[in-house]
Amino acid sequence: MNDCLVDINDLTIGYYTQHKKLVLVLQKVNLQIKPGETLGLVGESGCGKSTLGQAMMGYLRTGSQVLGGSIVFADHDMFALTNKQLESIRGRQIALIPQNAGDSLTPTLRVGKQILEAIELNANLSGADAKDRMVELLGQVRLPHPEVMAERYPHELSGGQQQRAVIAMALAAEPEMLILDEPTTGLDVTTQAHILNLLRDIVLETGTAMMYISHDLGVIARVSDRVALMYAGEIVEDTDVSEMFASPAHPYARGLLESIPRLTLSGIPNSMPGQPPIPGTLPGCSFTPRCSFASDLCTNQPPDFDSIPGTRHFVRCHNWKEVLATDFSQELQQVFHTFKHTTEDETALELSDVDISYYRPGIMDRIQSKPQPTPTVSGITISVKRGETLALVGESGSGKTTIVRTIAGLLPARNGTIKFEDFDLSVEVDRRPMEVSKEIQLVFQNPDASLNPRHTVAEILDQPLKLYFPHLNRDERRERQVELLERVRLDGRYRLRYPGQLSGGEKQRVAIARAFAADPDVVLCDEVTSALDVSVQAAVLDLLADLQHERNTTYIFIAHDLAVVKAIADRVVVLYQGRLCEVGAVDEIYSPPFHPYTETLLGAILVPDPNHEPQLLASDTPELAPPAKGCSFQRRCPYSLGELCEQETPPWQYPAESGGHKIRCHIPIEELSELTRDVGLDHINGNNAVDGSSQVIVQTKSNVEIPVSEPEKRGGLP
Amino acid sequence: MTVASPSAERSVAVRRRSPLAETWANLRRSWAGMLGLALILIHIILALSSPYWVPRDPLEMNSVIRSQAPSGEHFFGTDKLGRDVFSRSMLGGRVTLLVTLIAIVISRVWGGLLGIVLGLVNGRADELLMRVVDALLSIPWLLLLLLIIAVMGTEMWVQTLTFGFTYGILTVRVARAATLDFVTSEFVLAARARGERRRTIVMKELLPNVLDVLLVDGSMNWSWMLLGFASLSFLGFGVVPPTPDWGFMIAKNREILAVQPWAVFGPVIMLSTLIIGINLFSDAFAKALGLDRSQGAPV
Repeated sequence: MNDCLVDINDLTIGYYTQHKKLVLVLQKVNLQIKPGETLGLVGESGCGKSTLGQAMMGYLRTGSQVLGGSIVFADHDMFALTNKQLESIRGRQIALIPQNAGDSLTPTLRVGKQILEAIELNANLSGADAKDRMVELLGQVRLPHPEVMAERYPHELSGGQQQRAVIAMALAAEPEMLILDEPTTGLDVTTQAHILNLLRDIVLETGTAMMYISHDLGVIARVSDRVALMYAGEIVEDTDVSEMFASPAHPYARGLLESIPRLTLSGIPNSMPGQPPIPGTLPGCSFTPRCSFASDLCTNQPPDFDSIPGTRHFVRCHNWKEVLATDFSQELQQVFHTFKHTTEDETALELSDVDISYYRPGIMDRIQSKPQPTPTVSGITISVKRGETLALVGESGSGKTTIVRTIAGLLPARNGTIKFEDFDLSVEVDRRPMEVSKEIQLVFQNPDASLNPRHTVAEILDQPLKLYFPHLNRDERRERQVELLERVRLDGRYRLRYPGQLSGGEKQRVAIARAFAADPDVVLCDEVTSALDVSVQAAVLDLLADLQHERNTTYIFIAHDLAVVKAIADRVVVLYQGRLCEVGAVDEIYSPPFHPYTETLLGAILVPDPNHEPQLLASDTPELAPPAKGCSFQRRCPYSLGELCEQETPPWQYPAESGGHKIRCHIPIEELSELTRDVGLDHINGNNAVDGSSQVIVQTKSNVEIPVSEPEKRGGLP
Repeated sequence: MTVASPSAERSVAVRRRSPLAETWANLRRSWAGMLGLALILIHIILALSSPYWVPRDPLEMNSVIRSQAPSGEHFFGTDKLGRDVFSRSMLGGRVTLLVTLIAIVISRVWGGLLGIVLGLVNGRADELLMRVVDALLSIPWLLLLLLIIAVMGTEMWVQTLTFGFTYGILTVRVARAATLDFVTSEFVLAARARGERRRTIVMKELLPNVLDVLLVDGSMNWSWMLLGFASLSFLGFGVVPPTPDWGFMIAKNREILAVQPWAVFGPVIMLSTLIIGINLFSDAFAKALGLDRSQGAPV
């Protein structure tokens, strides 16, 4: 296998616990990467993806050790090298780009200086040559005005720009191999699409091989030539990207692919029960407990990693023939299901002209009667019907969370009213009557942070019960706790667990149970599935839909994943910079005419289909504050009309006669419809074949102007 | 229905252990921590039991055997007034331990709670009170102690309250800083959004998370407080003579250090073993709770 850049052979890594027990992390991993090839490494969290990525750099976590096998990179056995030899390879021949770019940049050094250091260290350039190379690199990662950017400190860059700077640093010595560990997780969809495009360009320009680690199959489909699927520390499938997504041969691959919400299919997908075991703890195949194909053979004997005869498709499964015998695309159609729920005519919640501002004037500001800055969120008018699911959609900074937290009473509204039955919710929660707080409950994004780590599940569920139902005695409350746990499909015995003893999905269920303990009318869900694995996400969506069905609960649902929104929402509100862009039923939002911002978001979506090409409409240049007047999207809008959009607040336009769908834009509806047709969003309507000629990429008019670092200017300091 | 039964969802069994049991298990693995704990317990047992078994009356003076070297009759010899140093050393920690232990609890309660409340409200009241705390901390602690005791008198309850107050000032800061880590966390937001009262948020959500910091800070402060009390006694503001007390014994017998060093060594050994024990225990305790992240749990 001399044509391989990386050759991993039977690699087994493990560590010993305090009780001298061996725990495996990787077992018998075999993987080859050719020069210039992009391998996508995918699997649920905790499957050993990052450990493998770090091992390829010659790194092991403290306490871990190689128990067998080898990694050969460009004829070097990575674990036979001395530290000094490793240093000469790392950064020069193989480089790692971690998930959180902000953490890997030194906050006190200018970005240019940090890249310069990498160049001097790894590329043996110095002085003016190094400086030229630095500017060249910043240009290569498509940072506008490289010379200006080089003078900035990391905090003056947005998340996407920081990630670009880190990529530039990794490219300093033109390494033969790049390892990317979830580099776009946590970035906005538009930014993510831009970064992935950049990475594809870099591969074409430099011929660098890449290993791209991600849990997101949409991302993997976009960047990879080949995909390796990991489960419980093993590679279970390894094949071309098109094969992997069209006819996966491992039941685990099918399970994962079937659990992703899709734009092309309506409803909620199948969830995959269970979670990966600790590697090497089962006598047979690790996937047996979760597998629908499992037989006695699977329980007792581990399968080999064999190729499907005549192909380069490797799979670790006894039953791959049976798996392949069922047609995947047909199977996919059948796993989607919907829950019927009825939206009543009665209005549950009505927001009219709500402004929210984080600005608190100090005493001096009041004396000088300084003008207040434009509010973070402004002019929000939405009404939600009882039993309806309303989704709030937009990039980070669009005010979704702010609106939801105001409804929950964590922030006051500055102007406008929020009506719930006969109460005005524009005041904070401590000034609301208890009957009202009871009816509005909040579920947070990160279940790790939203459950008090020092409380048992019973104590967590007891809090709302004690608060809202003071007449219940201890035994009645305990009964309720068990009942609540069963409603979120957890065993009643979970009462005595601490959050640290639960998996991510279980924690989120407890958080949902806590919200439903109040028996609320309205539940506010803030990104409730985005911290979860796809296999778990579907189960949580399922649970939410089921709970809604039982009590006709109203949901306000925040999500950045538009496929998730499509799966669960009835109506969608698109927000940009705290202003409304478009409001409508799900079908209206996902089909033309679009608001230019909606179109930008939809165009940037990544779908688990390697043939899909995202459309990059607007730039991903970040904005720190909404413009003082005109349309909120003016600076990034690909169709901006210039002065009109900059000066005048756009009017609401109603494409349908019913008036439920409204778009806030200066461009007349007819023209919007035509513009939209130009860029083509065929994939949304179930057509996978993308017409190459229609890929018009419109550049933003105003993206030349980069915002001068605003962070220092903010704040009320004189 | 497509959702798993709970039993299928969890194939790996989880051992059910409360955070307290977890901490104890971690602590037991550290020999230094266990040695410290043993020293502390020995001192507490000595203080409680010594009146019943010490060989001599600690108050009995005998001018014939003044400043004698250690002997079979007097293990640590005698002091300037002919009193048995060993008996006095054994009994010398009783008042100290009582005062400091109560004072530690007092400082935890008022300093801890005020710190948590200030961290939670985080507004003008917080700003104002923290400046008061800063001002109080700018006065050297011994001076502050002496000042209060000079005004209020040297009764034991005054000393206890004074120590509880002065050491609580530091705790306000520690508790407030620890609270700030949790105030913005989502479980506190969730409690606020539910409409929980401030008292519930402080007692149920914040206190359990800040408690470990408060306890470690308390055990570290304890050793400082012991030194503080010994200093006070040394200066003559502590225990009323002739009650035996380490600090006072050191002060009175340092004049005969050259003649009968054991009259000083006795109380010094007692005081230092207790302080070393507390420090060893505090370090291990912090690590067992995972507060000392740079070190990791000692094995």
